[in-house]
Order: sequence, then structure tokens, then C-alpha cells
Amino acid sequence: MGDNGKTERVLEGSEAVALAIKACRPGVISTYPISPQTHIVEALARMVVNGELESEYVRVESEFSAASVLAGASAAGSRSYTASTSQGLLLMTEVIYASAGMRLPFVITGVNRAVSAPISIQPDHQDAMSLRDSGIIQIYVESSQEAYDTHIAAFKIAEDPRIALPVMVCMDGWILTHSYERVRLVEQEEVDRFLPPFKPIHFLDVNDPKSWGPIADEDLYMEFRYAIHDAMQMGKKRIKEIFSEWADISGRDHGGLIEAYRTKDAEIVLIAMGSVAGTAKDAVDHLRTGGKKVGLIKIRCYRPFPYEDILKAIQDAKVVAVMEASFSMGSEGAIGLDLKAKLYGRSKTPVVIDMIAGLGGRVITRGTIYKIVEQVEKACESGAVPFEPYWMDLKPEVLP
Amino acid sequence: MKIALGGVVRGGTSLAYETGTWRDRKPIIDYDLCKGCGVCEEVCPDNVIHDVNGVYAIDYGYCKGCGLCAYECHVNAIEMIFEAK
Amino acid sequence: MSEKNAVQEKDLFVSGHRACHGCGQALAVRHILKATGRDVIVITPTGCLETFTLTYGYSSWRVPFMHHLFENGPSVATGVVAALKAQHRDHIRVLVIGGDGSTFDIGFGALSGMLERGDDVLYICMDNGAYMNTGGQRSGATPIYAGTTTHPVGKKSIGKPQLKKDMPAIVAAHGAPYVATASVAYLKDLRRKVEQAMTYQGPRYIQIDAPCPSVWGFPSDRTLEIGRLGVQSGLVPVFEMVDGRITGVRKIRTRVPPREYLSAQRRFKHLLEGNRAAREGFEKICAMADSNIEKYGLMD
Repeated sequence: MGDNGKTERVLEGSEAVALAIKACRPGVISTYPISPQTHIVEALARMVVNGELESEYVRVESEFSAASVLAGASAAGSRSYTASTSQGLLLMTEVIYASAGMRLPFVITGVNRAVSAPISIQPDHQDAMSLRDSGIIQIYVESSQEAYDTHIAAFKIAEDPRIALPVMVCMDGWILTHSYERVRLVEQEEVDRFLPPFKPIHFLDVNDPKSWGPIADEDLYMEFRYAIHDAMQMGKKRIKEIFSEWADISGRDHGGLIEAYRTKDAEIVLIAMGSVAGTAKDAVDHLRTGGKKVGLIKIRCYRPFPYEDILKAIQDAKVVAVMEASFSMGSEGAIGLDLKAKLYGRSKTPVVIDMIAGLGGRVITRGTIYKIVEQVEKACESGAVPFEPYWMDLKPEVLP
Repeated sequence: MKIALGGVVRGGTSLAYETGTWRDRKPIIDYDLCKGCGVCEEVCPDNVIHDVNGVYAIDYGYCKGCGLCAYECHVNAIEMIFEAK
Repeated sequence: MSEKNAVQEKDLFVSGHRACHGCGQALAVRHILKATGRDVIVITPTGCLETFTLTYGYSSWRVPFMHHLFENGPSVATGVVAALKAQHRDHIRVLVIGGDGSTFDIGFGALSGMLERGDDVLYICMDNGAYMNTGGQRSGATPIYAGTTTHPVGKKSIGKPQLKKDMPAIVAAHGAPYVATASVAYLKDLRRKVEQAMTYQGPRYIQIDAPCPSVWGFPSDRTLEIGRLGVQSGLVPVFEMVDGRITGVRKIRTRVPPREYLSAQRRFKHLLEGNRAAREGFEKICAMADSNIEKYGLMD
């Protein structure tokens, strides 16, 4: 049985992603090395040179060009893909903004890693957050299996004519990219049925010449920008449908825009994204056996922000603790900001407390999560909602 | 009209934007002098001079009046005339 | 389409673009597309060309055209080439037409990458020696002692103190099979070079001297005249390189003193107006013309 048989294999996370990409048959792959993303593109390179994957594999001189190659290839009508992380994603920023504006539906793996300075190759979500406002759809995964499944769905989401936006599948560096897990693969024919060849609405065609990338000033700029937002908002329904369509094929349901884990009757709801959700689920189970009514919301789709689903899942909660692996300097974590903005002014809303945890790969154990819950309970008892977020496991003794 | 996905524009549509209004000097071809060499057509940055049935004609709808055709004409067959606005 | 527009039906670059009066690059683009024919995709980095040919709803291009960003023309082109290959659209070629700001400066890394990879792209640099889209700031292509808005002429300055980057040599050093310079003053030569470049595979480069009336400071009817003076003075050498060797030059017919070229443009006027630094600058430019003539064999 080949790589894509309905088979289970123990795979490095990066290899699982590469197999998903292979199954999607991209016409163009562009690559530039940066840890901890490199194993993905190395695996794809091996597939291409061994004749297992028919793709134009372009080795470029920077992430800026890696993303630019996708823009050109996508506009020319090819399904296209790259992977990056950290500084690489930051270097791509301008390209991503322009590509979202031009509605180019390529897929990127955003391997999550901290951003300089100081330099750190350990995971957090700060890099992807730099693209928060760019118009790229961001989906976070918890496991290698979810990474495999989500990448296949990602192309279908990106290429949906009602969406037509780039999609970034975010996975924590090292924790997911370099660890081995059992991953179940889907047969190629099934993937082909789910994901037919890319049929763009417009492409660079000498028989029907069109022009891309115009100037639009005060008379139309706003409408073009609103159209991106609208595609994201309208796209929420479509993303859920695509996820569930894939769940039917693969037999695995990772949830919709969010996964609500034991949130029914929960008084305290944790919110997390990425691989930490696994640890959080364990912690929730443990706390539940101790009688605490705790639940977890794993945000899968971060952009568009699924506030409708989150609000529904926390409607009976007393307090929500948002675990943030990124921080907007001088303010607070991004998810907390998003959530509080949507909650403000509504009746019967839970208290939202921002917990900065795991920056630069600072380990989050179940113990960390128990401490978060304790902290939240204390804040509730005192009745004083803190303005400032908590920085979990911060070492005040080493601060200047 | 609805805006197009991603701002894609159909090719050749700038013909709807007539730049002739930018002009304050107008090239006039003296057909008694014109030898039909086509230099004026060749040097026009705005693509407004065309061979129409063997005669070079200026499309004033787009001509900005830069004067290149008149300056380059080997036989001085084009004169630039100031236009009252 | 109105009756008067019908005549442009076959043109690949049409009227209604918003270039300034007498624009050298608008003229060059017309001739480039005459030479390439319709089976090309054009990528243009941000700059004058993109600005004046593509306002939403109005495009002057009758070939597929894409503007993305300022510094990524070459890598967008690489992506298009890869996609064409993947789709087996083998007869379609890819062109980048960039200004000197994107070519010499901000997109230099991407261009170098494209050249080194050997991608099948004809890269054309419209060289007007400054950032015209933003009003004439100095670039790596600005000739020495030209006044620009960011290196203006003043008590302590006779303009840009550095030499223009030798881009053709840099491109040739990457191993590009075909490198040429051209001028809008010699349109037949320009078309021939584009045609010639289209016969090669791999990365090719043509740098076109495209005088800019607005920023160089000369009347809009003199665009070709200024181009000619540049070439005939020896300050703008026009040559062709195959596999890194100069294989052809446009010979100077009647040598023009550099003074004539310089005095016809506002950006150089200060060099002819007196003080010692200006005189030295002027002498240096004259010496450059001499050395170009010798280096490229511009005179028999």
C-alpha cells in the first residue's frame, strides 16, 4: 500500500503535512529554509526528485520571494504552496496583504515560532499574529493528524469562489513539526474527489487578457477591502461545510470553526489554540474529576474570528480564561482583544481574563493550566477583574 | 457596476479614458508636406497616430500634445498650434 | 468601442494611459510589445508604468498583466513561469518591465535570485535614473552629479556623489545569456533587441534609457533628442552582450560634447554654472564619456 492508502503510519508532523500537500497535487511549490519549518519542504523535495510528486518546485532566495512566487503562480492559475515560520512569515507580510487583496487562493503552512529579538526558535503564535489583519485565513491545529486533514481542507477553502483568499494552516513548531505521531492517511482518489483541480475565476490568459493589481483610490478602495472582510464572514459557513465534508470522508471530525470541549455547564471556560489544546483537555478532564466545572474552547479558525460560535459556547460561563501565545506590546493578547470587543455591551457576559502563556516555547504543562484556573477563581472571588493580563510563570526576579 | 474580484480589470479598457483633454497644443499635419514616412506614428508615446487607409491621422481624443511627432518629423510637416481653453 | 478606437483593435498597448507628456517609457512599452507579440505575460513592479497604465476599470494592456509589489517583480515572474510549465502552456513567455528603482534598488535581491535560478524571463529595466513615481528621488541608477530631490544641489552638493550601478555587468556576471542596453532614441534597435532576447531561453536583461521630461527637466517634445544626445556623447553606451561578452555596440556617428547633453536638462544644469566643484564634476563626466568610448569601442 502506498503513502496514500487508507493506512495508518507513524510520521513526523512535517512529513504528515508533506503527504497532505502531495495529495493535493499543487502545480507550484516554492521553498526557503527556516527552522522549524524546513522538514516539510525537504520532504516535498524528496517526493519531487523521486518522481512521486509532479510539481514545479522552486527554490527561492528569501521568504519574500517564496510568497511572491505563490502570487504569480496562483494568478497564472496553478494551485500553489509554501511553508514558513517566524521571521519568514514577517518577511512575507507585505506579499500576503497584497495577495489577499488580489484574492489569490494559495496555501501556506505557518509553522508557529517566536519572533526576534531575542532570537528564539521555540514555538509561540506571535509570528502568525503579524499577519492577523492581512486578509489571510488562519486555521490552527492541535495534532499532526489535524494538520494532515486541515491542509487538504485548506485548499478547498482557499479556492472556493465565494472565499478566494489565501489560507495559512498554523501548527506549533517542534511540538508538532518534529514529533512522531500515528497519522491516518486518506487514499488519493478520495482526496481527488474532495479537491478537484483548481479552477480560478480569473487567470493570466493570453486569450482573454486581463490586468491585475490596479490603483483604486478613495472612490473604491474601501469597497475592495470590505469585500475581503465579507468573504471571510460569509466564508464561515462554507468553512464549516468543508470541514464536515472532509470529516465524512476521513472519518475524523476535529470540529468546526471551534471545538467546544466539555463546555456544557462549564463555569470556567479556557480558550486556547494549537497544540496546547491537548494538554488543556487533559487538565480539564482532571479538574472535572475533582468536581470543578471547567471546559475548553479550542479555536481552530482564528481568522475569520468565530465569535458567534464562541459566544454560544460561553453563554452560561462565569469566566473565560484566554490562553495567549502572543502579545500586542503595550496592550494585551490578540484573542482577548477580539473576544472582549464582541462581548462588550451585551447582557449577561462572562468575565474575560487574559493569560499570556508559552511565549518563546515556555513550557505549558497541566500544572500551568491548574494555576491558570486557580488564578481565575481568585480573581472571581475578589470581584476585581484585572486590567492587565497575567503573565503565567513569569520570573519577576530576573527582570531589570 | 459591481467591483471585480480582486480588482481584476479587462485589458484595453483605458480607451474609455480620453486624455485629449490634457492637451494645450495641438499637432496639425500638413499633408502637402507629409511624405508618409511614419516617424510620427513611431515616436508617439500615446499611440494616437495611425495609418488610416494610407494617410497618417491623429486621434485627438487621446493626443496629449507632447509635440514629439512635430519635433521628430524629418520634413516639418507637423505644426503645434496652441489651443484656447 | 467608438469608431476612432477601432483602429487600435490590434494594438497590445493602447491609448488612454496616464503617462506624462512625452514619456519615454510609455513609448518604449509600445515598441516592446510590438516586438514580443501577444503570447506574453507582463509583470510590472510598482512604479510609474503600473501607475499610469492601470487604474481600476482602465487598463492599457492587451496582454495579461500583473502588478503586485515594488520589490517582487522577478519572483512573481518566477511563479508565473513555474505555473506555465506546470500547465504545459509552453508557448507563452514572461516579461518583467520594471523601473530602475525596483531593478537597481528595492527588487535587486529578487532579481539576483531570478537570474541565479536561470528562470526563463525577459527582464526589461526602464531606466530613467531616479524614482519618478514619487517625484525624482535618487536611486542606484541615478548618474553621478545629477540633482535629485533627496540629493539636491546646494552649497555643499553638486548632486549625487556616487556612480550609477553597472547593472548590465552585474546581470551578465550571473551568467545571463543575453544582456543589452537600448535607448528610446533608437526604436528600431530597441525592437530588434527585444526580438533577439526572445530567441534565448533563460534570464535575459535589457536596460532601456528612457528619458523623463518631467524630472530630468526638458520640454516634452525632446525625449528622443535627449536620448540621442546621451548616446552620441558616449554617456549612455548602447551595447549587446551574449554569454557575458560584448558582441555589438551602437557606434557614435557624430560625437556630441557632453556639455550639450548636460545643458539640455535641469538635473545637470548646475554643472555648467561656475564654481570649482561643479567644474570638476563636469570634467569628471567628460572623462567618463571618453572612458565609455574606449571601454565599449563606441567609435571607429
